[in-house]
Amino acid sequence: MTNPERYLEELKAKGLAPEREARFREELAGRWQISTADRRGPFPDFSRSLYAWHDLAVLQDQERVPNPYQLHMKALDELLERDRQREKDGFPRKIRVGRLIKPGKGGKGKIVVVPSTEEEKLIHDPTIRPPGEGGSTGGSGKGEEGEVIGEQKVRETGEEPGQGPGQGEGEAHEMGASAYELGRVLTEQFQLPNLKEKGKKRSFTRYIYDLTDRNRGSGQVLDKKATLRKIVETNISLGNLPDPADMDPTRFLISPRDKVYRIFSQEKDYEPQAMVFFLRDYSGSMAGKVTELVATQHVMIYSWLLYQYAGQVESRFILHDTEAKEVPDFDTYYNSRVAGGTEVASAYKLVNEIVEKENLAADYNIYVFHGTDGDDWDTGGDKSIPELVKILSYVSRMGVTIAEHAGTQWTEVARYLENSGLLRDKPDLLRMDIMHEDAEEARVIEGIKRLIS
Amino acid sequence: MELINQHTKAIMEGCKERARAAGLTFTDESLEYIVTNRDLIELSPKVMIPTLYDYWVHDVEVLRGKGEYELYPHNPYETVINTRPPISFYNDNNPDWLNVMIFYHVLGHIDFFQNNLYFRHTWEYDFTGQALSDKRVIAKLRAEKGRWVDYILEFARSIDNLVAYHDELSPLFMAPETATSSRLDYYFDVFLQVEKKLPVGEYLKEVARYNGAIAQNREEGERIFFAEVTAKYPEMEAHFTKSQNVKRVERRDLMKFLVENSEFLARDENQWMRSVLEVVRKTSIFFQPQIRTKIMNEGWASYWHEKLFLVDDRIKGHEVDFARVHAGVTSMPRVGMNPYALGMRLMYQLKENGDKGKTGYEFNRLSDREQRKHFDAAAGKGDEYLFKIRSNYCDYLFIKDFIDQDFTNRYDLFVTGKRLDPQRMVWQYYVKSRDANDYRDMVLASLYHPPHIEIAPERGEEGMLYLVHHFEGKQLVSEYIANTLVGIEYLWGAPVQLETSEAVIEQQRGSSGREGVEEPEITWQRVVYTMKEKVLSRQIL
Repeated sequence: MTNPERYLEELKAKGLAPEREARFREELAGRWQISTADRRGPFPDFSRSLYAWHDLAVLQDQERVPNPYQLHMKALDELLERDRQREKDGFPRKIRVGRLIKPGKGGKGKIVVVPSTEEEKLIHDPTIRPPGEGGSTGGSGKGEEGEVIGEQKVRETGEEPGQGPGQGEGEAHEMGASAYELGRVLTEQFQLPNLKEKGKKRSFTRYIYDLTDRNRGSGQVLDKKATLRKIVETNISLGNLPDPADMDPTRFLISPRDKVYRIFSQEKDYEPQAMVFFLRDYSGSMAGKVTELVATQHVMIYSWLLYQYAGQVESRFILHDTEAKEVPDFDTYYNSRVAGGTEVASAYKLVNEIVEKENLAADYNIYVFHGTDGDDWDTGGDKSIPELVKILSYVSRMGVTIAEHAGTQWTEVARYLENSGLLRDKPDLLRMDIMHEDAEEARVIEGIKRLIS
Repeated sequence: MELINQHTKAIMEGCKERARAAGLTFTDESLEYIVTNRDLIELSPKVMIPTLYDYWVHDVEVLRGKGEYELYPHNPYETVINTRPPISFYNDNNPDWLNVMIFYHVLGHIDFFQNNLYFRHTWEYDFTGQALSDKRVIAKLRAEKGRWVDYILEFARSIDNLVAYHDELSPLFMAPETATSSRLDYYFDVFLQVEKKLPVGEYLKEVARYNGAIAQNREEGERIFFAEVTAKYPEMEAHFTKSQNVKRVERRDLMKFLVENSEFLARDENQWMRSVLEVVRKTSIFFQPQIRTKIMNEGWASYWHEKLFLVDDRIKGHEVDFARVHAGVTSMPRVGMNPYALGMRLMYQLKENGDKGKTGYEFNRLSDREQRKHFDAAAGKGDEYLFKIRSNYCDYLFIKDFIDQDFTNRYDLFVTGKRLDPQRMVWQYYVKSRDANDYRDMVLASLYHPPHIEIAPERGEEGMLYLVHHFEGKQLVSEYIANTLVGIEYLWGAPVQLETSEAVIEQQRGSSGREGVEEPEITWQRVVYTMKEKVLSRQIL
């Protein structure tokens, strides 16, 4: 990182208003942190039913990369729509949207949104038993009758892993918890330009089963044409077919291996995809309400994209002060604070570098959203504008949000964006939204409309 | 999803040879697929049958499964389904030695599917093919009837545990020599007992007379016998003919009853609902044996994978790897019940009992603990005995007959209780009982057992359907009753009543609930639920 102190001195040498210098000085204070963890109860097997044991669960081993639930957001929405229809048809609703929580350190759990439902049947109720008795199960090993072999606190983590949804509290800005519902609500309020189809190369998780694989000897449906071909092949090699023009099938031998069956196979579907860059100014001046506004707006856009693209969207998060860096997840993106100056160009430059290095422009629809308080030490946008022009050559949409501090007006960023003429020349690609730091939620949504409509 | 490669298939074929040599029997062909974890999550709600009909509840479960997977990723090795040919699914990253073990496990399952008599009705056809055709039927209906197909599916599934699985199974076992004419059945089962109310002595004389007639003349015995009967009871023939014309009422199979008797479903515009019901019923009956042989099936597969793996020459050098994985699968948990472990230990016990001749009267009349322990008649019939049990038993019989004090002592088994310590707010897990009877009851209580609900057409007023739940010491899950009855009412087209028993729990005063847990007073009362136009009412009898 370049030394902000020294950079400030340079700017001062070029001439800097005293109140701006004071603000720059204020920026140099802040901090950030993140934590996640994993834990399970002492006897996770206790309340497992006999039928919870199966080859899948028992013969299990190493870990693999988790599959984000967001991939199936759209399916969830269809289910919810179905549930609303149930009510109209005169039957009670059946789907509940709940959360699964994996407890973590310091009260920060990992949460995913899952739907759940129950299939009601007339079945025996095993829970009719004395109060205070939690049922019984098997056990093995030493111990006299009556001996206590273990204890578990009643209120500790709230839930056992994988237990019923709809319980527990989410962190205030836990992305997994509310993104989906939020996305749905937002979608009902505005619509985005259609997604351009580009590079259908990654498989989507939509699969269908069909009889496409072939297998010799056994299977589900006999493939007559392929079988005939095999029979002919066999008989040619056996010499039973001396003259192809005069075929005498009565002399053919049919081996069981000649029978070709079609068997089930999964067929993949392909879908287009989007890549979204979220850029945020996290310099010292971004404290308080301003960060809140920018982050809230990004949460909403993020939710909307999750929802709209049924999870076929990848997000990259970039924070910048005078230097930009990429962070791994939204949580870090949201919670990070740092003391330092501001240079918007660094973030734009990083986006360009990433896009170029990973050749993203060929395969993705790229969206860039930038949130800032409008302060830029690069006052005239001399560094930013060229980078911005480069971005505009490949993005589907770039949206810049400026949340103004009380008392400021017409910030540096707003000014140089306006002066560049890009807003006027390329309204399809570049949008800007300026709001005041006291803006309400309705205004934030209004802003999103402006950025993406 | 793709077939395993030739190298792996060759390993499988090698396993088949060795398993056959050890006495297992199964069909030649089998299909093995490589699948991803995501595939398996998607297959789970469909009981691993890729072609099972589509239903929104499965989608909900898939979404839930994915959520869980995100929090707790896991990596299943394999699973096998009972089809023709049997299909099994594998992860692609298993080393060869592990595949050897898994293949033996799978072959154990396949042998079980194809030889256990509770699976008898699944032997003659390929369920995945059947399911595919059902799936297409339902998809076609969905195109025509829209969401109503899903409502019917839902209602059908809400009663798919009320199918007479054993009634379906029993005719398949009929030995040819026990087959008798329906006239004879009517005469002895109904005419003499119900209509004539013959005293037992007379009845037995009649049986003896029949046996005599058959002994004298195998071919014509029955005709001669009935010639005399007609002389004695001239009305018998007329009664018999009449009884043949009376339609037999399905009493224990609610799904079948609705298909056959519901006037609502018989209407032209509702005929299609019957096919949906049939699909759901067929599917339910197909899966009944799986759920009724959980402990045996897993025990059997684990028993054989251990036995066969250890003598397999191809896995030299991986004994320790095997031991680690195998122990994870078949170790007895300190708290909890693992069907793999329990079933496997019972299998070993039975093998030993067979070998030592501990299966006969001579052993069972011994009460001295030491003598029982050291009994050995060197009968050497362990394998024969084991295979016989594999063919003829289900979990209920397996547990009921074979968990005894010798077994629980040998493996240090006990029933674990869980109780609340209200002062410290902790759940305490404690050793509740080491008595084999208690242990057995605890296992039996955890087995699948659908409620015994009978249809009583004679008790329903004015087209009402009357259901009687026979009390077996447990009440029904009360919050499920309303929605289930809504579905039955819809399918029946008229109001429905359900008679059942419910617990009245008297809170005992003065007991602290800590030392020596006091059982609260539970009394039972009979109640009738009535579902009429989607409104539920309850009445105490």
